[in-house]
Amino acid sequence: MNDNACKSGSGLEKKLAAGGFAVTAELGPPKSADIDAIAKKAACLKGVVDAVNITDNQTAIVRVSSIATAKLALDMGLEPIMQMTCRDRNRLAIQADVLGAYLLGIRNMLCLTGDHQCFGNHADARYVFDLDSLQLVRMVKRMRDDKVFACGQDIRTSKKSEPKEPRMYIGAAANPFGDPFEFRAARLEKKVKAGVDFVQTQCIYDMDRFSRWMEHVRDRGLHRACKILAGVTPLKSAGMARYMRDQVAGIIVPDDYVKRMADAKDPKEEGIRICVEQIERIRQIEGVAGIHVMAIEWEEKVAEIVEKAGLRKNGE
Amino acid sequence: MIVAEQKPMEEIVALVAGHKRVLALGCGGCVTVCLSGGQREVSTLASIVRLGCRMTVEEATLERQCDAEFFDAVREQAERCDAILSLACGVGVQMAARLFPGKPVYPALNTRFMGTNDGAGQWSENCLACGDCSLGVFGAVCPVARCSKSLLNGPCGGSANGMCEVDPERIECAWQLVHDRLKALGRMDVLDAIAEPRDWSKTHSGGPRRLSREDMADLR
Repeated sequence: MNDNACKSGSGLEKKLAAGGFAVTAELGPPKSADIDAIAKKAACLKGVVDAVNITDNQTAIVRVSSIATAKLALDMGLEPIMQMTCRDRNRLAIQADVLGAYLLGIRNMLCLTGDHQCFGNHADARYVFDLDSLQLVRMVKRMRDDKVFACGQDIRTSKKSEPKEPRMYIGAAANPFGDPFEFRAARLEKKVKAGVDFVQTQCIYDMDRFSRWMEHVRDRGLHRACKILAGVTPLKSAGMARYMRDQVAGIIVPDDYVKRMADAKDPKEEGIRICVEQIERIRQIEGVAGIHVMAIEWEEKVAEIVEKAGLRKNGE
Repeated sequence: MIVAEQKPMEEIVALVAGHKRVLALGCGGCVTVCLSGGQREVSTLASIVRLGCRMTVEEATLERQCDAEFFDAVREQAERCDAILSLACGVGVQMAARLFPGKPVYPALNTRFMGTNDGAGQWSENCLACGDCSLGVFGAVCPVARCSKSLLNGPCGGSANGMCEVDPERIECAWQLVHDRLKALGRMDVLDAIAEPRDWSKTHSGGPRRLSREDMADLR
């Protein structure tokens, strides 16, 4: 067991600490109070992956809150990774929600800066960004390990009572594809210093760049200091491939994949095939501790991808 | 300087509608420099309002509207008008209102930001007046004002080819600039340190700010 082991009671932490290759997926909460939509997605992922990210107003579009969906997912038999962004909450609200989430049984948390609100459906909203993702990681770590709030006060009900701190397994995102490239591994090192236990990367299409980033990561020894889960997103169509290539900052899609998707008789099948190939290549890279499958509004395909890539959870 | 731009004419017309004699009041400070509220703009706007609203529009431009002493020059003129249309920034508009308590004062401009002139008709934001200047740390590029998310430990994943995802055509990634500056200065070590959360109480989050300087009070 390494230094990070079992700080939280998270199943994901236990598996990664024991040297297991983890598989996580993503469950995007619905845009209405529709519990059936959550149940349907949860059913697709149950028993298939080790933990499931519950997104937090993803792309700045209002959805069922990540904390509520995470609790529902937990009740439906999944292990949730509650995502939390700095866009919508200041340090008071975040700490209150971390306390609450812990009481609800949530043990994993992914600390994000958050997409700018200009990309969502409330572009005229006021943002918060009281903290950035690094400061958020450090704050949640200090809550867990030092049992103090951001202001330095002890996390306890009264002066006479024992501290009762929220113990989260702390994750963050890493983007090997943003610029400046040479600073990307250095920024991960800062997240490690801030106290991150695991990171999930932005979805990978440019395998060469990812490999180079992992070299930087290994040179700094970061793969030993935190668990790195490589992100993949199966392409559904040539249109989606082009959109990801041309419209989404921080994602690089090589033309070869766009061409394969455009030429395919069955683009969906081709998208799955590409995704499985990617996972197989990623598994060859030293220092990768798991795969994060972000099948956007395509949760029903996660089991197939995991199966074809030989990552079946129950088969271990 | 404080950068401002004129409001749409329909909005200005709607504000002054119903008055008979209006004082169009310019400012010789920042808004003169950024060509939105100086003598020339006062003259142009006054002509349009006269024609469009069929009212008398007097004109004057003060050295500065953020300082009470300069208003003495227009006190009589202001008294005989039944409203003031200020072409100052929001600061000047409120100073006019403070000095003429019984008189309606309307803004003719939208105050946009504190920034630099980047060429003919081009300005960009550089300072948020956060009250705790970190330019000395970040290579004299301000991430608080110039990063779309005010990140202190950037860049985020939305930086591509030196530009910010919020507007890749127009907004430079502040963190690319910080990175490039510190690299040129041989100070990349600065970026290894984690910047602590800001004390936002020194911004407007701490309530409207005031500054008192005892040394200056003594001089008066």
